[in-house]
Amino acid sequence: MTAYLIRRALYALPLLLGVNVLTFVLFFVVNSPDDMARMHLGQKHVTQEAIAKWKHERGYDLPQLWNGEAEGVGKLTETIFYQKSVGLFLFRFGRSDSGRDIGADIAQRAWPSLAFAVPALIFGLLVHIILAVGLVFFRLTYLEFWGVAACVALLSISSLFYIIGGQYLLGKLLLLVPISGYDGGWNAVKFLILPVLISVVAGIGPGVRWYRTLFLEEVERDYVRTARAKGLSETRVLFTHVLRNALIPILTGVVVILPALFIGSLITESFFAIPGLGSYTIDAIGQQDFAIVRAMVFLGSALYILGLVLTDISYTLADPRVRLN
Amino acid sequence: MSIGSNQLGLYLTLFAALGLAGCEGPLNSPYPAADAERNILYSSFSERPKHLDPARAYSSDESLIIGQIYEPLLQYHYLKRPYVLEPATAEALPEIRYLDASGKVLPAGAPDSAIAYSEYDFRLKPGIRFQPHAAFARGAADEYLYHHLNPEQLAGIRTLADFHETGTRELTAEDYAYQIKRLLHPALHSPIAELMKEHIVGFKSLGDTLERDYFAAPKGQFFDLRPYALEGVQVPDSHRLVIRLNGKYPQFRFWLAMTFFAPMPWEADAFYAQPGLIEKNITPDWYPVGSGPYILAENNPNRRMVLERNPFFHEDRYPVEGDPEDDPNGLLADAGKLLPLVDRVVMNLEKETIPYWNKFLQGYYDYSGIASDNFDQAVQFGSSGSPELTPEMLAQGIRLETSVAASDYYLGFNLRDPVIGGLDEAHCKLRQALSIAMDYEEFISIFMNGRGVAAQGVLPPGIYGYREGQQGINPYVYDWVDGAPQRKSIETARRLLAEAGYPNGVDAATGKSLVLYLDLSTHGADDKPLLAWYRKQLEKLGVQLVFRATDYNQFQQKMAAGNAQIYQWGWNADYPDPENFFFLLYGRNAKVPNGGENASNYVSEEFDRLFERMRNLDDGPERMALIEALQERIRHDAPWIFGLHPKSFSLHHAWYGNLKPNLMANNKLKYMKIDARQRAARRAEWNRPVWWPVLAGFALLFAAVVPAYRHYRQRQRAAAL
Repeated sequence: MTAYLIRRALYALPLLLGVNVLTFVLFFVVNSPDDMARMHLGQKHVTQEAIAKWKHERGYDLPQLWNGEAEGVGKLTETIFYQKSVGLFLFRFGRSDSGRDIGADIAQRAWPSLAFAVPALIFGLLVHIILAVGLVFFRLTYLEFWGVAACVALLSISSLFYIIGGQYLLGKLLLLVPISGYDGGWNAVKFLILPVLISVVAGIGPGVRWYRTLFLEEVERDYVRTARAKGLSETRVLFTHVLRNALIPILTGVVVILPALFIGSLITESFFAIPGLGSYTIDAIGQQDFAIVRAMVFLGSALYILGLVLTDISYTLADPRVRLN
Repeated sequence: MSIGSNQLGLYLTLFAALGLAGCEGPLNSPYPAADAERNILYSSFSERPKHLDPARAYSSDESLIIGQIYEPLLQYHYLKRPYVLEPATAEALPEIRYLDASGKVLPAGAPDSAIAYSEYDFRLKPGIRFQPHAAFARGAADEYLYHHLNPEQLAGIRTLADFHETGTRELTAEDYAYQIKRLLHPALHSPIAELMKEHIVGFKSLGDTLERDYFAAPKGQFFDLRPYALEGVQVPDSHRLVIRLNGKYPQFRFWLAMTFFAPMPWEADAFYAQPGLIEKNITPDWYPVGSGPYILAENNPNRRMVLERNPFFHEDRYPVEGDPEDDPNGLLADAGKLLPLVDRVVMNLEKETIPYWNKFLQGYYDYSGIASDNFDQAVQFGSSGSPELTPEMLAQGIRLETSVAASDYYLGFNLRDPVIGGLDEAHCKLRQALSIAMDYEEFISIFMNGRGVAAQGVLPPGIYGYREGQQGINPYVYDWVDGAPQRKSIETARRLLAEAGYPNGVDAATGKSLVLYLDLSTHGADDKPLLAWYRKQLEKLGVQLVFRATDYNQFQQKMAAGNAQIYQWGWNADYPDPENFFFLLYGRNAKVPNGGENASNYVSEEFDRLFERMRNLDDGPERMALIEALQERIRHDAPWIFGLHPKSFSLHHAWYGNLKPNLMANNKLKYMKIDARQRAARRAEWNRPVWWPVLAGFALLFAAVVPAYRHYRQRQRAAAL
């Protein structure tokens, strides 16, 4: 297992480097350092000298990927790409172009993202699995038919509609929860009820249909028939035997997203004014803050790779037959 | 059965929890129940302010915050119109002296040519203190407690509030001098540093010195500006400040009402320069240190920013006089009262208009702008064409305030362009014809829900020199008909176009259709109707319009290089003086080659001569005559299609008082008042929760599941065949 983990970590390095180069090239195709300087210095009374000074202070006056004028290794190291990327591999994000420490900002904004994403994931899983098991439980009845039809209908609705519709129904018409907002500590709960509920409901269509398919595949297997033949109740068959055996595909979908949870959800955070990381990257792109964009893309890629490794590890826990060599 | 009883228990718990919450106030309230009747003003912002350092902050969203915290020497009178300046921390308006080249004071009425310097002499009010702040905290031996933090001290610090000791001291003239020098700090990139180099004596040479010394100094240390002398800023005693300018620049007084010229204590700079604090994002750009009515108690622009009353705020009172209509409108009800009238201001981040608007209607925001999505819900136009609130808004007691912004939104011509440029009569007629064809009344109606005023020249209403009525119209584009301006007919435009050499939009010399190019920064598909509208306007003359749409950065680069032919742009005034509009067409400010703000590259000797005389004059008949001559010049030469002045509409609830639109003042919040009791009552009335659909939903679910469950039980109990 240790050898496997080391090998995966080594594989990650070229992947991260590739992602970093790609982000860098895409960003600078759209924005020149002059554009960035103008964006940061404001609209009025900005002179060319001020732009040049801004670029010099932040190292944006260097060549982007290759410094032909430098000597030796300097050709590679005296470039914007090298200067801005090396620290990332040590998880030193440095300062944003507006001067703030990115690491501190991420540490602060990750918590609200988690406060929304973790309950949304847990409740989502619970509700979707229970509903899927319920559909399998009631298979071949009108409930299954209408349940699947409802899932298809729910699947066809845009996620934005759920948000706006949910805010309108529960926040505006029924006046049961705040439409948007956030607060620290336990006070956050009343603000999270609506986004978590909407997230769970919006996921019912795809989630329930996916889990139902998994369970249906299992429910026809021999071991299930044996369990029934031994006289176990249908509830016990489903929750004890079928659910456990369907764990591998469930884990594939869930564990991989666990580390990325704190990256947050862009649309939901924006509509519910949750001060998380979801909007951090988009704000940075809007403000042409390359330092933040680079850090967040790097972090996202690293976490995704971590998620894949965790998924592999979770297989060994869910199924003793799986070995990582 | 066990599943059923568990569910019942769950529901009961949920209802009990919600019921308990309901006892404290409306369930949907985003604020703590304890704050319901507190004297707090609630507003919102949509994007985090980039800078809160007074040397850097320039945009209106930044001013909205720091305008309440920092106090410049002067401020705009809250109620009087046209806008007038009054002392803020100064005892009186400055004594202004004009000097000759040898430094001798010139007598009043000396010609401008004799004036080498002007001096602004201020005396500060005594006893003004800075807000409580860790930078001022001193120990028993009078040493600064937090100016040399060690790693142990830093370990427990996350925000400024984690410093337990605070201190204060009296505001002195040195603090103003220090801030003026900060405008030159090489690391701050103040947007007005370059501009002020032209005006403040010795500013440029100090800038060069600081540039040299700052980059030579060791990094990570406090770069103390106090030892550096600035020739044009003198501090004869602790409460007197004298600023010397090159020549005459009367508009300087307006800059003195902006936060660029607010005081900054050196202690704050020394405190914030510590690398350990910078790593924790504790900087003056995040935690302002002022002497104004409020302090920034919480700065989390990802969620909310909270202003609290400054406990050390000096005596400042609500104005006792205003315009004639202010008294009947109740705006003088608080005359003479101590400011600020509100204890706390909570500004929440609201990025999306839908939740923001709904929360305003529920009473959780005290005032609101109107997004286009909600416009029809809020406003309708009466028979006279004036905007009125819809019955729904009136029923809630909401009130509407409108005001014309000190802004221009225009189409400019690049006068260097061979087709559209040139000041000869034919080219002027071509531009006049295009000005007539571009129907901005229609534009305002289609794209702005009527929220704008078609421009008659470069000056918006409310600025000295703006004329109402027939005298104020642009006679090259409008006629005065039945007491109102009426756009000239399209036939007139066609005639002018023919006289310019393009009959029916065809170049008489070459026989080819006239094709013009419009440069603008667009926002994608949303702008399609706008582009179609522009094209349609010129099609009326047989002229084709081609768009060269780019993002704003590229657009700026094109303008800097003078590569546009026609362009769309706007201008927000820095201060309410005609100079701040006419300078956009001053020859020496031409974008090419001088890099100034005259993007049309309009260079007219007559205009420049008139402008140079007008800008230094005090308001009066002579200045008015010059302004009219300037207007006539540019209306004839038409370097712009003057476009429109946007009109801002804002709504506020009945409990929100003392609101009078003031587009210049940044420190308005101290005048606002809130009737918190009325607000709490209205909120409770408007936000009674509706439970029955939830209960009905559960009942429906239950009804759907029970038959299936019975069916399942029957199947389980059935004997195998």
